[in-house]
Amino acid sequence: MSKKVAFLQGNEAATHGALYAGCNFFAGYPITPSTEVAEIMSAELPKIGGKFMQMEDEIGAMAAILGAALAGSKTLTSTSGPGLSLKQELIGYGCIAEIPCVIYNVMRGGPSTGMPTGPSQSDVMSAKWGTHGDHPAICLVPSTVQETYEEMIRAFNLSEKYRTPVMVMPDEIVAHMRERVVFPEPGEIAVTPRKSPTVPPEQYKPYDTSFGDVPPLASYGSGYKFHVTGLNKLPDGFPTTKAEYVQAEEERQVRKVDANIDDIVEFEEYMLEDAEAVVIAYGSTSRSARYAVNEARAQGIKAGMFRLKTFWPFPDKQIKALAGKVKGLIVPEMNLGMCSLEVERNAQGKAPILKINRVDGEPINPGQILEKIKEVK
Amino acid sequence: MAFNYEKWLRPNKLPHIWCPGCGHGIIMKGLIRALDSLNLQKENTAIVSGIGCASRLPGYIDCCTLHTAHGRAAAFATGVKMAKPDMNVILVGGDGDGTAIGGNHFIHACRRNIDMTYIILNNNIYGMTGGQFSPCTPTGAKASTTPYGNPDPGFDIAKLAIGAGATFVARGTAYHANQIDKLIAEAIQHKGFSVVEILDDCPTTYGRRNKFKSVIEMMNRLKEVAVPVKAAEKMTPEQLQGKVLTGVLYKDEIKPEYTSEYAKVIERAQAAK
Repeated sequence: MSKKVAFLQGNEAATHGALYAGCNFFAGYPITPSTEVAEIMSAELPKIGGKFMQMEDEIGAMAAILGAALAGSKTLTSTSGPGLSLKQELIGYGCIAEIPCVIYNVMRGGPSTGMPTGPSQSDVMSAKWGTHGDHPAICLVPSTVQETYEEMIRAFNLSEKYRTPVMVMPDEIVAHMRERVVFPEPGEIAVTPRKSPTVPPEQYKPYDTSFGDVPPLASYGSGYKFHVTGLNKLPDGFPTTKAEYVQAEEERQVRKVDANIDDIVEFEEYMLEDAEAVVIAYGSTSRSARYAVNEARAQGIKAGMFRLKTFWPFPDKQIKALAGKVKGLIVPEMNLGMCSLEVERNAQGKAPILKINRVDGEPINPGQILEKIKEVK
Repeated sequence: MAFNYEKWLRPNKLPHIWCPGCGHGIIMKGLIRALDSLNLQKENTAIVSGIGCASRLPGYIDCCTLHTAHGRAAAFATGVKMAKPDMNVILVGGDGDGTAIGGNHFIHACRRNIDMTYIILNNNIYGMTGGQFSPCTPTGAKASTTPYGNPDPGFDIAKLAIGAGATFVARGTAYHANQIDKLIAEAIQHKGFSVVEILDDCPTTYGRRNKFKSVIEMMNRLKEVAVPVKAAEKMTPEQLQGKVLTGVLYKDEIKPEYTSEYAKVIERAQAAK
């Protein structure tokens, strides 16, 4: 049997990926350029008995998905820059209370209202540093429509596996362009179920680390009763200010992601074997980078690309290794230098870093990247 | 009727954080009596709050309890209720949490008429942060941020709830303790969004600044201003000056309830498939 194929927009593919992953609750608020996700969810979720909520604001949408997730649902919200800013406090709530959920954020020009229909890649730092306090961060940055579909499934899986909010952040170009998508068969891509408690309700503690860094999560209305708070908490979920607990809990929450970087981080190495000029790119910018690398190779230049699929946690190890063996790293991005800060941190001065930054609402074109590749000596 | 308070409390989480003279404990007892008299299932009852003194209440009750972020109780609770429409969902919080930072979620929960009960402990002040004025602080009153008297007019929470579309609105006071459980029980049984405002006092951050000599004096004020709705019918506007109506103020049993309406959305979507 041949697989189902469709010609889809990135936002449409994201929605279908979420549904494949078992998403059964969506709450959102209209915002360009991600609204298609809400529109499709409003049509698709009730068909499978799921729930769609258009909330009164972005904060309410984030709150509703956290509440629904605690009641056992697999939840999604979609938004864009200004909405991401509004949701940040509750993203932190999801991190500290350890509630799985997925936030799909289409990157548009900013700050503030910025350029609602223009592309950018300027929310990637916000994905990690937007909410206050130390916390884990997982952020995926797809570059094709097919990948947006697949990364949504991976995002749901990671959110369940690590019991934490996960962000998927395509730029507006990826979100709105149309490409061929080949749908996987049901069961073809594994879907991670929630790690449910194995102890009876009277023994259950929502943050019992004797089960490891990711404790099982019961759901409200399933026979288990437990307390959840945004305060620093004890294993039983109740607040504490005891120094030894707070320190250990904060460290565990960050560790559950940091200690599993190799499981979470995905990337593509393109023509890196003998590359001397390496472009580090993500999202739609990596499409221009690929074209530029091919063009450079045709001209006899040893160029390659390291493409980020996971922005957070950042692929520190790989970038460090790369910096030690190349003549130059080129970082094109639709912001004034965000990924390049991470690259600089890892390169530790071992390779020169050439930046290309655009925030004018236009994509970075292959010619601009090729020009920089040629500057590497 | 004897009530089993111990059954509903989490004894190892006591004593509670509330100051001597605060009415929150009286209201918590009223809520417990309501839960007990309705014989609700603990595992099937979610109690959701925001941030503030009143929002610490769920931590003491042995149910599914969710202490959310400041102002967000109604939005979190909406998620819980939509995911599990068969659960009893009760919200608890203060006047600042519910009508200032959480005002938008509050009015939209009223508008949807989603089957939840919101108990607002109105003590006219932000207590936990030390007594800043809230949207319910009387005009002219002293708060830590109104040293020259409060210039702001206040909200009438009940009118706000009715105007926004809630279908059961009641008001009680911490003084009229025996009425609290009955109002809450009736609200929980109502199919739709119900709001129960309980007038309360904060002797620590409000009373001291506003020349109340004792907790008893504050409690007596609640006794004096409260007029049951039935009694008010026989009173003149002059007699009602400065009074606050108590009891069930509004009830609408016709407006459709949200989770039931959404069940119809699912039916229509599945029929069209």
